[in-house]
Amino acid sequence: MTVIAEILVSFFLVVGGIFGLVGSLGLLKLRTTMQRLHSPTKATTLGVGGVLIASMLYFLLVGGMLSFHELLITLFLFLTAPITAHFIAKTYMVMNLKPTDLPETGRGPGWAIYDDAPESETDDRT
Amino acid sequence: MIARLVPHPILSATLTLVWLGLVNKVTLGNLLLGSVLGLAIPMLTAAYWPNRPKLRKPLVAVRYIGMVLWDIVIANVEVAMIILFKKRDEVHSQWIVVPLDLTSPEAITWLAGTITLTPGTVSATLSADASSILVHCLHTDDPGGVRDTIKARYEAPLKEIFP
Repeated sequence: MTVIAEILVSFFLVVGGIFGLVGSLGLLKLRTTMQRLHSPTKATTLGVGGVLIASMLYFLLVGGMLSFHELLITLFLFLTAPITAHFIAKTYMVMNLKPTDLPETGRGPGWAIYDDAPESETDDRT
Repeated sequence: MIARLVPHPILSATLTLVWLGLVNKVTLGNLLLGSVLGLAIPMLTAAYWPNRPKLRKPLVAVRYIGMVLWDIVIANVEVAMIILFKKRDEVHSQWIVVPLDLTSPEAITWLAGTITLTPGTVSATLSADASSILVHCLHTDDPGGVRDTIKARYEAPLKEIFP
């Protein structure tokens, strides 16, 4: 393993570690649930991303082969992180907020967690 | 007939590629097995996916993904700065309502996912008729600006991608 490869891999590991740490720190520091939701969805993405890049570089430069697993982990992470955040946000809103706590939708019906969809748009696929 | 056998060509291709990535080795056998999975899974689940979304401009989609990846890196740094250097009371979080021009469910899903992954914003819920999206912003003093950025930077390309 050449020195340059070592430096590159360690650089991305350290970057990943720092962002992972900051993301976890955000969970402690921020006050409301909605604020805390920001820190795992972002800071941790780059934290995991840094470790994945380091892993890809390691297998490429040392093992001499291209590894696709890291790309897949990235793909799955990007698919699941927003959905999880969305679920947590909705659960929080249903349990703790009233419709008056939120701004108006600006168009006819209210937010989907309180109001049903208007009749005309229910099933246009059948 | 072909539409019946291959209801979602892009999904089939994606599944095959994901399979090849999972086994981490490209051989003829793996390619065949991947293709079988890529063909069988969409066929079996076609009943749950009645829509056939069409990508109108794949190149715009590729550029969009690249732009979002870059924005995610920026988002991480910005959120990290807010977490590290702002006092608790200085974080001005607020709700932002973004009216939507997009109509297809796939496009709205993309937009909501993008909003959650990028600078200091999380998409929380849609209005009941899916005409606006509620976004929670971690720190901003200019809600109108954030709304306009989302509309110009993310919604405009999505309008081109999904007809």
